[in-house]
Amino acid sequence: MIPAESYVVLSALLFVIGGIGFLVRRNVLVTLMSIEIMLNAANLALVAFNRVRFDPSAGQAFQGPSHTGQLFAFFIIGAEAAEVAVGLAIVLSLYRLRQTVRSDEADLLRN
Amino acid sequence: MTLGALYFYACAALALAGALSVVIAKSPIRGAMGLLLLILSIAGLFLALHAQFLAAIQLIVYAGAIVVLFLFVIMLLGPSASTPHDRRGIFARTLGGGLFGLLGLGSIWAVVRASTGHMSMRLPEPAYGGIDAFGSVLFADALVPFELSSALLMVAVVGALAVARGRQGLASPSKGESDIIRESREEGP
Repeated sequence: MIPAESYVVLSALLFVIGGIGFLVRRNVLVTLMSIEIMLNAANLALVAFNRVRFDPSAGQAFQGPSHTGQLFAFFIIGAEAAEVAVGLAIVLSLYRLRQTVRSDEADLLRN
Repeated sequence: MTLGALYFYACAALALAGALSVVIAKSPIRGAMGLLLLILSIAGLFLALHAQFLAAIQLIVYAGAIVVLFLFVIMLLGPSASTPHDRRGIFARTLGGGLFGLLGLGSIWAVVRASTGHMSMRLPEPAYGGIDAFGSVLFADALVPFELSSALLMVAVVGALAVARGRQGLASPSKGESDIIRESREEGP
C-alpha cells in the first residue's frame, strides 16, 4: 500500500512546478494553466489526507466515513471553473485592446 | 513492487510530465495537451484514493470543460496565442522562480525527512467516495456552500459575458464603427 506521504510529496512537486511556471512565464494562457496545476496539486493533497483521516485506528472519535477533504476538493473544482471562465474572458479583452497575450503588456492602469 | 504501487508511480510520472510540459512548452496548445495529461493522471490517482465521484467530476469539469475552453481561446487567438521569447526581466523572473523552487524543494525535503511512512490508508468500506455517500454528505453537511457555489458560478458567467463581449451598440462606437455610421447617414435622406 502506498503511504500518504507519497501523495503529499507528489502534490508538493506539482505545486512547485506550477508556481515556477506562474512566476517565470509571461504568456497569460500559460500563467492560467500554471494556476490550474497548483489547484490540482492542492486537490490531490486534500483527497489523500482525507483517506488518512478516515483510518479507524487513528482515533475512535470519527464515526463513519468522513468526506471533508473530498468536499473541499469538489468546491475547489467549482471555483476553478469560475476562475477560468473569467480569466479567459479577461485574456480575450486584453487581446482586443493590445493585440497580445503577454502579461507585461497589460499596463493600462500604470501612472 | 505491488500492482498498486506500480499504478501510483505510473500516474505520478505522467502527472509530473504533464505539468513540466505545461511550464516548458513554447506553444500554448502543447501546454493545454500537457494540462490534459496532468488532469487525466490526477483523475487516476483519485480513483486509487477511493474518490470515484471526484474522479468523474475531474474528467467532466476539467478535461471536458476547462481544457476545451482553453483550446477555444487558443484557436480564437490564432498564431498570436504564442508569444515570442524575450530577454526582458529575465533576471527577476529567474530569481523569483528559482527562489520559489528552492523553498518548495526544501519543504518537500523536510516532509520526507519527518515522515514515518506510517500514514497508511486502510481499505474503506465499498460505498466510501461513491456518488451515494458523497451526495448524502454534500446535501446534508455542505448544503449552504453548495448553493453559494452555484451563485458564484452564476456571477462568473455574467462577469465573463460582460468582460468578453466588449463594446456593443452605438452608444460608444469605436473608430471603424463611427465611420460606418457616418457613411450610412450620408447615404440616407
